[in-house]
Amino acid sequence: MILLDFEKPIAELQEQIEKAKQIGEKTKVDISGTVTELEKRIETVRTDLFANLTPWQKVQISRHPERPYTLNYINAICGDSFVEFHGDRTVKDDKAIVGGFGSIDGQTVMIIGHQKGHNTKTRQLRNFGMANPEGYRKALRLMKLAEKFNKPVVTLIDTPGAFPGLEAEERGQAEAIARNLFEMAKLRVPIICIIIGEGASGGALGIGIGDKVLMLEYTWYSVISPESCSSILWRSWDFKEKAAECLHLTADDMLHQKLIDGIIKEPFGGAHNDPDMMFKTVKEVIIKHLAKLTPMDADKRIEKRINKFCDMGVVKELEPKS
Amino acid sequence: MSWFKRIKTGITTSTVEKKETPEGLWFKCPSCKNIMTTTEHELQSYVCVTCNYHSRIGSEEYFKVLFDDNDFEELNPELESADPLKFTDTKAYTDRLVATMEKTQLKDAIRTAIGNIDEQNCVIACMDFSFIGGSMGSVVGEKIARSIDYCVANKTPLLIISKSGGARMMEAAYSLMQMAKTSAKLTQLAAAGIPYISLMTDPTTGGVTASFSMLGDLNIAEPEALIGFAGPRVVKETIGKDLPKGFQTAEFVLEHGFLDLIVDRRQLKPTISKLLKLFAN
Ligand SMILES: [Zn+2]
Repeated sequence: MILLDFEKPIAELQEQIEKAKQIGEKTKVDISGTVTELEKRIETVRTDLFANLTPWQKVQISRHPERPYTLNYINAICGDSFVEFHGDRTVKDDKAIVGGFGSIDGQTVMIIGHQKGHNTKTRQLRNFGMANPEGYRKALRLMKLAEKFNKPVVTLIDTPGAFPGLEAEERGQAEAIARNLFEMAKLRVPIICIIIGEGASGGALGIGIGDKVLMLEYTWYSVISPESCSSILWRSWDFKEKAAECLHLTADDMLHQKLIDGIIKEPFGGAHNDPDMMFKTVKEVIIKHLAKLTPMDADKRIEKRINKFCDMGVVKELEPKS
Repeated sequence: MSWFKRIKTGITTSTVEKKETPEGLWFKCPSCKNIMTTTEHELQSYVCVTCNYHSRIGSEEYFKVLFDDNDFEELNPELESADPLKFTDTKAYTDRLVATMEKTQLKDAIRTAIGNIDEQNCVIACMDFSFIGGSMGSVVGEKIARSIDYCVANKTPLLIISKSGGARMMEAAYSLMQMAKTSAKLTQLAAAGIPYISLMTDPTTGGVTASFSMLGDLNIAEPEALIGFAGPRVVKETIGKDLPKGFQTAEFVLEHGFLDLIVDRRQLKPTISKLLKLFAN
């Protein structure tokens, strides 16, 4: 397990355990009491750390290199039933967004998500989860396919942003995202969106319009990453912790602002500490929400979805001058 | 000719575009450095007669250019930005708002109004770049949403004039969700069969481009306007080399298939008028 910088006290205790074990082996002295004691301390320290996580630390957990990504969820939730579909039918197949039909508890679902890589090679292949316009257009094509055959849509969001490249601009990154917002708002089948890692700006929102928008406990969702916010507003990269606070980007913040519909609890220490538990929880949440959304009248569901997004925002309305 | 030369010397020593001279106000084109009277410049819809340079103008000027006799009724002029996140960077958001309102005499980065364009009813939602870079916060989203409600209720076409650097960072995720809000709202306008013309002006980047600006039944733009998702500086950093000439200009965006037409601002009113007529009849 890779430990994050703020988990350093845990790493130190783990080191002490290792040392104690080595000494025990060398000297044939029973050190099991010491080890148990240290293991208990680790649990206390970890509990303390996770009870008081700062927004920036949550951002770090959302980016943990061992965190499960979209295909891990799909394979665990849909098993062998999943068939990946490729391509936007116009330009190419964007590897930063994956999607296809899969079965959840006997119900066929179109499941789509940003895909990151777990090593240098796959990270490049997946473009670090930063989609080009083709990715968003593939996602829309698959959602339209789901709509045609009356299958619900589940999207898994995990991106540091839409790719800001030259070809992305040439092929209309802005139009691709805008089109998705428009089409998802009126898609006739239920949509559940789950932020499983990073929810950065338009790149996240591009597959993020749903009847239920949910965030895993240690994820973030905002208009900009804390680093970029720091560099723009403070003209320095050094204010990322402060920016993370100011942006109010954690799941708790987002629920409080009424910009998401719910939070999915993660296993102790984060999704990567117990991926199987995480997959099970997410699967249960999807089943629970689909059971409520599916019987609804499509027009009513769409109206509710649109009204929910239209209620977002805070303005001051002064009395008109008479 | 002697008076002209005298004025010209006076103008070139100045760094500002406008300068009061004994003979009146003069405008110096920042692109070709030619000068004309401000009256002439205004008559030309703030376009340079020599090089066609389109000066950045705001809602006040666009309303003047487009509405018959500059006669219009502003919709929801009383809306102002709140500060739901108590956001403070190098300056408190509330202080920034107060200072900007004072400086610009505007309430936020967009004004919405109903009036006539060649005797045809039209709602215009026009962004003001001078208000925190035309950034989209809750007020921009709400005013667009209410304009759409007005258009649906009164069967009035909608013209949105975009001029924005993108999101209002001080409203964080609220700002992001205005993309969702305006796009979702546009589905209702579409369902009502009411035309929506999107005019993109210099600059139209970020969150607005990736939502309502690119969703027009017709997407039009002013010549040479910067239009894109990511800003040119960000793209340049990403690819690690210089950007090709004309990258992200209106002409570039049209060539790549995302604009219906580019309109010289002096032809804007007759063009919009013609389009409204074509939609109506
Ligand atoms: Zn000129």
